[in-house]
Amino acid sequence: MKARVTVTLKTGVLDPQGKAIEGALKSFGIEGVDSVRQGKVFDIELSSTDRAQAETLLKAACEKLLANTVVENYRVEIV
Amino acid sequence: MKAAVVLFPGSNREGDAVRAIEMATGKKPQIVWHAETALPAGTDLVVLPGGFSYGDYLRCGAIAGRAAIMDAVRAHAARGGLVLGICNGFQILCEGGLLPGVLMRNKDLRFICKMQHLRVERADTAFTRAYTQGQVIKVAIAHGEGNYEADEETIKRLEGDGRVAFRYCDANGVVGGLANPNGSTNDIAGIYSEARNVLGMMPHPENLIDPLVGGIDGAGLFKSLVAA
Repeated sequence: MKARVTVTLKTGVLDPQGKAIEGALKSFGIEGVDSVRQGKVFDIELSSTDRAQAETLLKAACEKLLANTVVENYRVEIV
Repeated sequence: MKAAVVLFPGSNREGDAVRAIEMATGKKPQIVWHAETALPAGTDLVVLPGGFSYGDYLRCGAIAGRAAIMDAVRAHAARGGLVLGICNGFQILCEGGLLPGVLMRNKDLRFICKMQHLRVERADTAFTRAYTQGQVIKVAIAHGEGNYEADEETIKRLEGDGRVAFRYCDANGVVGGLANPNGSTNDIAGIYSEARNVLGMMPHPENLIDPLVGGIDGAGLFKSLVAA
């Protein structure tokens, strides 16, 4: 089973990297960019075939390591 | 004072920490590998040194904060034992749940390596008793992720409980504006745990213990620990 975990910064948390990318896009003449927030994507292969079990495992992985829930949100998708 | 310095893959300031402790205590601290599950018997002080543990992969200090030795460090802190995290060590303490908040990328995205003034917020802790309250000290900073952030409630609690250890300031002790190198909330350079036995700080006092390398303002912290 394959899963994708997306970790993003919570709203309101300053994201200087996103800001720099936003500035670069604008300077490259790419019109219409209002804002950029940078996040992380993890593609994970699981030995489990049980969906519920996989979701529990991935949630634990996010809470324990993949996301710092002080400043980050996470989303788990089984693909 | 029996000290232990924890070594993670990618730590690189452990030698400086060892030297500062040795200079203050006359005894060489033991180096403890991160995969150990126990601290040396009778350890009074644990130091998490600076560096780039695990290459700063995922988030600074994220993987080291969950290393095997950290359970022993958490138990040591819960017993009231002293823990000092410097730079990457501060990031590890935050990621490992020993201190609240998180160190984010510097406001201007640059890695900053320079001398910096700090204001000692209180001089009644195990880490600062050799200083005076409000004293301005000059030490080094060298970090890319030193911008301390926490939710509003946490900041209020830290401020209300007197848990801010050091603030970035100018040579006259004035905080704010250009004196804040990295955008850190309330100019915070270091914080204590609730019982003030755990200190995390971004600056490097261990590098300012010898007049030969530019000053001895960092020595007070290690002298304080000897008296503790």
